Amino acid sequence: MKSAVIVFPGSNCDRDVAVALGRITGHAPTMVWHGDRAIPKVDLIVLPGGFSYGDYLRSGAMAAHSPVMTEVAARSKQGVPVLGICNGFQILTEAGLLPGALVRNAGLRFICRDVHLKVENTDSMYTRRYPRGQVIRIPIAHADGNYRADAQTLDRLEGEGLVAVRYCGPNGEIGEQHTPNGSARNIAGIFNERRTVLGLMPHPERLIEPALGGSDGRPFFEGIAEALAA
Amino acid sequence: MTATKTKAADAPKSMEALAREFGLSAEEYKLALSILGRTPNVTELGIFSVMWSEHCSYKSSKRWLRTLPTTAPWVVCGPGENAGVIDIGDGMVAIFKMESHNHPSFIEPYQGAATGVGGILRDVFTMGARPIANLNALRFGDPKHPKTRHLIAGVVGGIGGYGNCVGVPTVGGECTFHPRYNGNILVNAMTVGLARADRVFYARAAGIGNPVVYVGSKTGRDGIHGATMASAVFGEEVEAKRPTVQVGDPFTEKLLIEACLELMETDAIVAIQDMGAAGLTSSSFEMAGKGGLGIEIDLDQVPQREVGMSAYEIMLSESQERMLMVLKQGREAEAERIFRKWELDFAVIGRLTDTGRFVLRQHGQVAADMPVAPLSEQMPEYARPWVPSPPRPTVDPKSVPVPDDIAGVLKKLISCPDLASKRWIWEQYDHMVMADTLQRPGGDAAVVRIHGSDRGLALVTDCTPRYCDADPKVGGAQAVAEAWRNITAVGAKPLAITDCMNFGNPERPEIMGQFVGCIEGMAEACKALDFPVVSGNVSLYNDTGTTGVQPTPSIGGVGILDNLRVMQTIALKGAGHALVRIGHTRGHLGASLYLRETEGREDGAPPPVDLAEERRNGDFVRTFIQTGKSLACHDCSDGGLLVAVAEMAMAGGIGATLEIPTGALPPHAFLFGEDQARYVLEVAETDLATLLTHAENEGVIARRIGTTGGASLTGVGGWAISVGELKAANEAWLPAYMSGNA
Repeated sequence: MKSAVIVFPGSNCDRDVAVALGRITGHAPTMVWHGDRAIPKVDLIVLPGGFSYGDYLRSGAMAAHSPVMTEVAARSKQGVPVLGICNGFQILTEAGLLPGALVRNAGLRFICRDVHLKVENTDSMYTRRYPRGQVIRIPIAHADGNYRADAQTLDRLEGEGLVAVRYCGPNGEIGEQHTPNGSARNIAGIFNERRTVLGLMPHPERLIEPALGGSDGRPFFEGIAEALAA
Repeated sequence: MTATKTKAADAPKSMEALAREFGLSAEEYKLALSILGRTPNVTELGIFSVMWSEHCSYKSSKRWLRTLPTTAPWVVCGPGENAGVIDIGDGMVAIFKMESHNHPSFIEPYQGAATGVGGILRDVFTMGARPIANLNALRFGDPKHPKTRHLIAGVVGGIGGYGNCVGVPTVGGECTFHPRYNGNILVNAMTVGLARADRVFYARAAGIGNPVVYVGSKTGRDGIHGATMASAVFGEEVEAKRPTVQVGDPFTEKLLIEACLELMETDAIVAIQDMGAAGLTSSSFEMAGKGGLGIEIDLDQVPQREVGMSAYEIMLSESQERMLMVLKQGREAEAERIFRKWELDFAVIGRLTDTGRFVLRQHGQVAADMPVAPLSEQMPEYARPWVPSPPRPTVDPKSVPVPDDIAGVLKKLISCPDLASKRWIWEQYDHMVMADTLQRPGGDAAVVRIHGSDRGLALVTDCTPRYCDADPKVGGAQAVAEAWRNITAVGAKPLAITDCMNFGNPERPEIMGQFVGCIEGMAEACKALDFPVVSGNVSLYNDTGTTGVQPTPSIGGVGILDNLRVMQTIALKGAGHALVRIGHTRGHLGASLYLRETEGREDGAPPPVDLAEERRNGDFVRTFIQTGKSLACHDCSDGGLLVAVAEMAMAGGIGATLEIPTGALPPHAFLFGEDQARYVLEVAETDLATLLTHAENEGVIARRIGTTGGASLTGVGGWAISVGELKAANEAWLPAYMSGNA
């Protein structure tokens, strides 16, 4: 499989996700500078975490208008999978590739810690390696991760199985007290209609080996490798 | 600083009066006249005053700093460059330094702390290293003081805001409180970076005719005379100093890191220096001075944020995220391409000359013309008078009342501000970005993997200011010893330190005596532990009126862990294991947390530091950890033995039963005394005999103190407390305090 990681000015998890992809899929991704209008022919495009354009204006707002994003949108339309992690998720909502918005955390502070997530839909190339309903532990690190959308959109996301993962308690409990950032309906990650685009606030690339404190992020990349190898 | 600008422009006063306002003494002004051979203009006077400010010149501290050990076979570059460099093997070096940003952080906590992080990052990547970890050491005033909560929120927000955005994990630090910091908080930031041993960059300019290049952000009117502000005591007018604080832009810093490291992959750079304190003045003087050359700068070429800036303002601005480089002739275009790609300013602003003079031009006129060498060679240096701190008597543990509730005392200690969990702070720092953080905050030392290898760096910041206040020499030695011990406790070999010396007004002999004492203690410990100083910073005048901070020589330590498989954490790993104390318990309660928190007393001599014992015990523990038989390890420090065991229990969620013969000591002295050179190890029962035998052979005291298991800590005499209750108390204080409920 071939993949590309887009590097925006201010991206800072680009190396981390490239390492995870390289190590788990066996294929190191191509790093693509945001100013390039062309993306090589790839099976997956990744928008990494970080602070593109310093989060100025709004997280992800300026990166969404980077030259490369026209091509990202076009490829996505053709069905090329696009994964946005953290700032990447923010860019995807700003670019209109995913619905809703990520606003300032309910507690107003940046939060970096492991959280529990419930895998809600395993019928995607990203989540296929997790059993449905599995509770996993993955770190978050963001100040703007509070997912918001109108009730109609939220109902649609839930009704059509487009919620990928939700924040939960250690035993899978869903409730307001288990969302670290105030996200509507505990949403931590969503798909587009075809489930080819995934936006995820938590960072699976940070927990891919026991030395880093756990391996719960690994199946994300194993799933990608499996789906795209075929 | 519009006030000064107006005064300078109107020039109603004599230059000598202005010199006083700029912080130059009468003697220093006279020296400036003799170096120049005429009366300086305002720009030149400004340059003299910042170059000779305490902050930039180290004029009060230099003679003492020279006494610190700075060499070891693994030291590549000691103090004097932007940061220290040590060889960590495999063709790699670690480059690191700690620096203070105390005065600005008190005036404007968010920006003060943020720019402190930005400045120390630049010191490290200037030398060619990719920053891989940030740490900090924070001292705040009494939690009951009306400003404390606001200062914590601002400082933590600023450190996080900057570090998170640049994508360097903030992996460790410490945070304690004392009323002596009410008017002067301490914000010390440390950065550690990695570079290839053959790719280290220095600030020494060379090559007459080579271009002097400015890169990064534009120069504005911010932070003018910041170095002078940081060299004076706070008075009533603190708020009025706000315009001297700079504003940070971590996004630009991130671009600057990537652009500099990209250019450093080529061989275009001759010398490079960040523009930190005293901005363009200090960086250009230092580069030319180290190279023994002259320099000519055309100020019209300096990228400026505002129109109509005077030469004085451009030279003294402390605008952030700027670097000065000397390139090889003909490599300008190649370098410019890289900086343009990263959307940064790039300007050739001058050339190196053979005149030995520093010449500034603006609008076709000479704005300053000064000799380079004499400014540093004849820099004032003071042998400030000092008096040693009066020794304090040792506290006889038998004179301290026996508590009737050991469990209650333990709970009180682990929830007091100094020992309460700092999770509220470090969860606001991205401590995992770069995906190499093997040991997160909360343990003895942070451990960060050397990317792509199976080796790691162990990183700490340490100091116990109450010991330094009680006995500066013992406190100075203890700060170094504790850093060494914490690195040892994760299984690593301690290599070198950076120091950040925070003291009050050096013109007061008793404060100068604290400085001298701490240096003496540090020097002895560095020598005995083979733990040299490779970089550092001095922050004096941390006083408000006549109240100075507790003497606080913050130590940043770096060690190497060659085998990550044996890395220790403090968390208990299982039930039915033996707990073993390494080191001698003498029950020393003087200057202890126990005495302060339960008796309200801060008197007494601090625990003595026996450096031979420290070395013997530490080397023994490290060697044992290398065998792979240790399950958990924690050093004993604040709060003594019982607090150490409680911290291990809370981290692992596992209890323990303590069966401790206290001998002739009262139980509280035994359990809470802060004797040094001690560790607690968790080992399997089957490995216990080997451990005890080895210890005996090495002349190290090792005693079984208990057995792990259960959900409570239980002690001799039947006291018990659940680990859950301890953990809740330990975690509760800071969040409650910050939300206004404590």
